[in-house]
Amino acid sequence: MAKIIAGVGSSHVPAIGAALDNNRTEEPYWKRVFSGFVKSQEWMEKTKPDVAIVVYNDHASAFSVDLIPTFALGCAAEFPPADEGWGPRPVPVVQGHPALAAHIAQSVILDEFDLTIVNKMEVDHGLTVPLNLLCGKRNPDEKWPFPVIPLAVNVVMYPPPTGHRCYMLGKAIKKAVESFPDDLNVVIFGTGGLSHQISGPRAGLINSKWDKAFLDNLSKDPVKLTKIPHIDYMREAGAEGIEMVMWLIMRGALENKVDEVYRFYTVPASNTAVGHIILENAKRGSARKAKRAPTKVRRAAARTKVDRVRS
Amino acid sequence: MARREQLYDDIPGTFVFDAERSREGYGINMFCMSLMKDENRKAFKADEAEYLKKFHLTLEQEDAILKRNYNRMLELGGNIYFTAKLGATDGHSFQHLAAVMTGSTQDDYAKMMLGGGRNVEGNRSKSRKPAVKARAKAKAKPKAKAKSAAKSRAKSKSSSKRK
Repeated sequence: MAKIIAGVGSSHVPAIGAALDNNRTEEPYWKRVFSGFVKSQEWMEKTKPDVAIVVYNDHASAFSVDLIPTFALGCAAEFPPADEGWGPRPVPVVQGHPALAAHIAQSVILDEFDLTIVNKMEVDHGLTVPLNLLCGKRNPDEKWPFPVIPLAVNVVMYPPPTGHRCYMLGKAIKKAVESFPDDLNVVIFGTGGLSHQISGPRAGLINSKWDKAFLDNLSKDPVKLTKIPHIDYMREAGAEGIEMVMWLIMRGALENKVDEVYRFYTVPASNTAVGHIILENAKRGSARKAKRAPTKVRRAAARTKVDRVRS
Repeated sequence: MARREQLYDDIPGTFVFDAERSREGYGINMFCMSLMKDENRKAFKADEAEYLKKFHLTLEQEDAILKRNYNRMLELGGNIYFTAKLGATDGHSFQHLAAVMTGSTQDDYAKMMLGGGRNVEGNRSKSRKPAVKARAKAKAKPKAKAKSAAKSRAKSKSSSKRK
């Protein structure tokens, strides 16, 4: 049986990709950003997923305004990097996992999520920047360490899917993955955000308080996040901050209880607050829980003692 | 048809790219999309007005593009991820465009970002903007606080009536 073992949230700022591609990672401005992902890369090397599902959005690269699918699942065998106006990013072609992707499509459509199936698609910085941040720099002649199933979400044209819809899709994806017969460990990425506005006279908006609360709730109380209406995202986290709904697909695909194993936040990268989080499904009978249990027993024992004395 | 007022039109300095703007701005965005190809960039640069004829733009849209009025393009249905391609065709960085849209210099804009970005306080709402200031004053003056408390009591009374 396949299973989703962890979720990764990460911004996908294009300038981060440009800094990598132009070897500017050692400049103090960019070092501040990349230093936050050193531990994440170690985690990724240790975790070694068999497949990753990357929830991201296309930025007028694969989809123009001719077609605006709300949820588009990449079922192809490979996804070349898109030319975003400066030539394709010098990164490896993304290998897909058509068997698992087709299985997910079949399962979630029957669960009433009307996905668009994409059998030919180029992927832009929205997908490749988070891969770089978690796997390091890779040249075009190298390979990404695992196959990737892209899930492109429309967050460009209003209205994007609601946070609740995204969260429920995550749950449907979890169910789909768990009914796939092969033993595969899957990591799911939610990308984009955090607070930023890059359009209009209010461009440059950042709201660190909002971002921190979002990350806190993502770990502990995601259901609360599913109730946030779009206007709150746009008002509080910027017109383009609405991308954060994509993180809820990732969160929905995890267990209700998760362990936050890592978090990083810095302002700015270009126009955007960079947020990053790693969540693992809480391990049943983990070392931490094992320690907690006797405390409870001791407390219970203490209570009964007191009761006995009173009686 | 005039644009229907939306809840999010209350967010200051923001043109939300919604389904209506998407329909209205189809020509702008497809023009910008065409600039992904080098031969199109060259054709556009050779004769901008002539090149734009292919995209069935309104006079206002054409004017906004020719004058590089980025905010107006957004207002008329352009989307930032698309209009950024026009900026790139002109050889500008994205931060240059952001500075232009905010009426700032690129240097000042970059400094603002390094300082933590534009503060959301005072930038949430066109209609509620003064209310934020009033609240700040109320904190400073205990008398004002009493007044606003009386107001909120009156409010809760009227709301209970409604129930």
